[in-house]
Amino acid sequence: MSQAVYFYGTCLVDLFYPEAGMAGIELLRREGLEVVFPQGQTCCGQPAFNSGYSEEARAVARAQVALFPESWPVIVPSGSCAAMMRCHYPELFAGEADLPAVEALAGRVHELTEFLARVLGVKLVDRGQPVRVTWHASCHALRELGIREEPKSLLAQLANVELAGLARERECCGFGGTFAVRFPEISAAMVADKAADVAATGAAELLAADCGCLLNIAGKLEKAGSTVRPRHLAEFLWERTRPPVGIGDP
Amino acid sequence: MRDGGQAAPDAPAVAGGQTAPEARERILGRLRSARAAAGGPAVHAGTAPAPGEAVARAGHAAAPRAQGEPGARPPDTAFLAAKAWPPAERLARLRRCMEAVKTEFVEATAATWPAAVRELLRSAGARNVMAGAGSALAAPLAAACAGGDPPALLLYDRPVEELKESLFSTVDAGITSCLGSIAETGGLILCPSPEEPRLLSLVPPIHLVLLDPASIWDTLWQAVRELGWARSIPPNALVVSGPSKTADIEQTLAYGVHGPKRLVVVLVDGGGAGSPAPAR
Amino acid sequence: MTAPAADFRASATAALADPQIRANFRRAMDGLMAKRAALFADPEEWRALRALGAAIRARSLANLPELLEQLEERCGANGIAVHWAETVAEANAAVLAILRAHGASRVVKGKSMVSEEMHLNDFLGAHGVESLESDLGEYIVQLDEETPSHIIMPAIHKNGRQIARLFGEKIRGAQYTEDVDALTGMARRVLRRKFEEADAGLSGVNFAVAETGTLVLIENEGNGRMSTHVPPVHIALMGIEKVVERLEDVPPLLALLCRSATGQTITTYTNLISGPRGPREKDGPREVHLVILDNGRSRIFLDPELRATLRCIRCGACMNHCPVYTRVGGHAYGTVYPGPIGKILTPQVEGLKARHELVHASSLCGACVEICPVRIPITEILLRLRREASHRLPGSTVREAGEARNPWEDRTWALWRRVHASAGLYRLVTRLLARLRRLPPPRLGPLRAWTAARTAPRPAPRTLHELARDRGVRDA
Repeated sequence: MSQAVYFYGTCLVDLFYPEAGMAGIELLRREGLEVVFPQGQTCCGQPAFNSGYSEEARAVARAQVALFPESWPVIVPSGSCAAMMRCHYPELFAGEADLPAVEALAGRVHELTEFLARVLGVKLVDRGQPVRVTWHASCHALRELGIREEPKSLLAQLANVELAGLARERECCGFGGTFAVRFPEISAAMVADKAADVAATGAAELLAADCGCLLNIAGKLEKAGSTVRPRHLAEFLWERTRPPVGIGDP
Repeated sequence: MRDGGQAAPDAPAVAGGQTAPEARERILGRLRSARAAAGGPAVHAGTAPAPGEAVARAGHAAAPRAQGEPGARPPDTAFLAAKAWPPAERLARLRRCMEAVKTEFVEATAATWPAAVRELLRSAGARNVMAGAGSALAAPLAAACAGGDPPALLLYDRPVEELKESLFSTVDAGITSCLGSIAETGGLILCPSPEEPRLLSLVPPIHLVLLDPASIWDTLWQAVRELGWARSIPPNALVVSGPSKTADIEQTLAYGVHGPKRLVVVLVDGGGAGSPAPAR
Repeated sequence: MTAPAADFRASATAALADPQIRANFRRAMDGLMAKRAALFADPEEWRALRALGAAIRARSLANLPELLEQLEERCGANGIAVHWAETVAEANAAVLAILRAHGASRVVKGKSMVSEEMHLNDFLGAHGVESLESDLGEYIVQLDEETPSHIIMPAIHKNGRQIARLFGEKIRGAQYTEDVDALTGMARRVLRRKFEEADAGLSGVNFAVAETGTLVLIENEGNGRMSTHVPPVHIALMGIEKVVERLEDVPPLLALLCRSATGQTITTYTNLISGPRGPREKDGPREVHLVILDNGRSRIFLDPELRATLRCIRCGACMNHCPVYTRVGGHAYGTVYPGPIGKILTPQVEGLKARHELVHASSLCGACVEICPVRIPITEILLRLRREASHRLPGSTVREAGEARNPWEDRTWALWRRVHASAGLYRLVTRLLARLRRLPPPRLGPLRAWTAARTAPRPAPRTLHELARDRGVRDA
């Protein structure tokens, strides 16, 4: 009987990077965990919360909380969504009758790379070809969850991966959720600088663990005609370390 | 231009005294009402998080929140008290910090400092140097500067109104003592007085200070406590760490803006004339 | 005087397109960030000093009314006359009354952000008083009839050549030069005479100590000491929140302020003023006045969460680290205080109806929170103000709360809620988008803003919900 974890995909992964979500699930399964994916999951509520619409955010958040009745860890492949659930759910439910349940859940939420590196201590063996990559740190992961070195420590285990640092690794990419559509010119200026920074590293791939950042930078890179391949870290790690694909594998 | 705060009619001004005493009551009244709502003054407020903050911190089992949240225990000042250097290192550190911002140091003894000052000023082309009239530095300097050649010794011996013009245009240097210095950051602690007025260390383009090398506190925090200023503080006290400077033009450093262009520290055991040494 | 911009969005867009602003600010902010980082290289010292600083400021605020009364009493005993002003009009009136009582028509000013709130120079000018800025950065912006673009380095938006041109044009008898020492020398010569002749000196206050009745002023140039020691009258201006309880609170706050603001461990001068010229002193002002300004701060104080706004020690580190400020510069905000602190302070002082734009103009990256030396939870406060802007919350004391409500946005989030609160509806919509392989509407609204700079995001052919089910991942 193996230990179980919940997997909370997040709405952006669901719609735009589902393979990254599956890769996260596979990485966890490989460690012997049983991964449970509640099909009722939708969105953590952050977009409404960040816009000042707490009531709407709470209604949706409440529906999410109800999906995780067991006291298993909840793994989230996104820094901003993990931070929403861990750091902001308690304040969102302040004064509500279900606050205790929400606080209990918040304490069990883990961002994926943090869980892999710190909790599971995964050992990765690189089966891929030599490649140079660069890493963009999500602001929420960095500053709200304190995740600094874990993603890079995972990459460091891959023998054929060369990590070229961004000049401004910790500077915001300009996504900020609705910020990108409320203040598009400022957001565009920020993502332009980030994309130029990415290009300057000479990396073939841009890795990140937050799909908001990825969508934002990827869109800019593509518009600029760049050949840099943007990918979620989970997808990258899984592809580099999975056993060779045989006939009949998905 | 928007006027923030409550809309209030322009209160008539009372020249020389408090304007509109009602303003005081309105402000304090509002501040007090906030606390009445929260249940009274919090003497150790640094310890208790405000309601909103407490809720935000709840429920974090795994990693602590990296974002700002108030400390839940009383502030720790032990680390301030623990900042200390061995006496020999204090002077070296003081010099390093102050020389990095263009302070000059001259080593002398109780016997040689007046001549050393005279020579330094002569090389600088100074016509004169001004000391406080009641300062213990005046007599030794008078002896060294006697004889007609520059620099001549001037005395700050009357109210500024009577010598402001010469102070601003013809006095080339000012010389003062100091209470001591600070090792951690560099800096000299001056306490202007009737004997050594404030503008001596500000207006002339060269400021010389006699410092007893034994009078070095580790930090400003320690100095403030040991000087007992919390109980009784002079009308003006000053810490000066170098010649005047600015970086307002394209963040490029330029020296000698409005204060002295040169700060010269003359190291003299005993401070040149029995200036009070701190108890360390 | 250049009028502050009323429309942040328009000003920001214009600033983004100005290569001079972009270059000047990028270079300046990089330099300031690096200098600060060098002085906080030890994480343990940063943590300890910051915890102490935050606690000192929190303690000041928790006891604010008592400390202000104690400050008034101690200042009075020291011979400093204290004046209270709830509004900027009252503060300006108080200053003018003091100047009139002394027949003062020429004033020199040290740097004071409170005086910017008061628009004091304009007010005095309109009443026949010349008020000359003596801090070099303030002198530069005054010469060019602008307002400061940064709270520590007022002329940071200008490069050397722009300043050289300004001095060449505006300073009588000046030769054009780009040599920084020469330019500085020009300012020194002009201002030296002004210090000597001024009828009164104005200054700000970095901290006011209740225990001893002391005004603490820090500076590098010496203009502050000139303004506060040479003229016969000194008027100091402070916000109500600047009071600290004890003298020993000051050194750790100064350590945080100097390192955070200019990347120095200590400024050239630390000036402790506890009274006018003493009975036998030969110099110093005959009178010292302290004007304590509220201007909306006591209202901010009413809310325990928003009160943290008042911890600010005006170091400017938040704007130095802000990716938005770095790109649009200080003037685009159209506020006295730009950057992150400006975004939380200004809407609370001037009202959410007028300034709601500012609270949304942040990606919530948290860089400001990370380096604030007194731990102001700026992003938390922004989120709170966003709620207050569009909703009238019970018991709210925020100015113009709920007056920036947008019916379109209400509908958007109501719809968003409908879709996301229902698992079935959500799965239907996402599956539909996945089949369509694109987001509608293709060229309108948010997507249009997005696609101006980026390609549109393309939904994957199958959602994660579908993949998980297909590949046998257990449902709850």
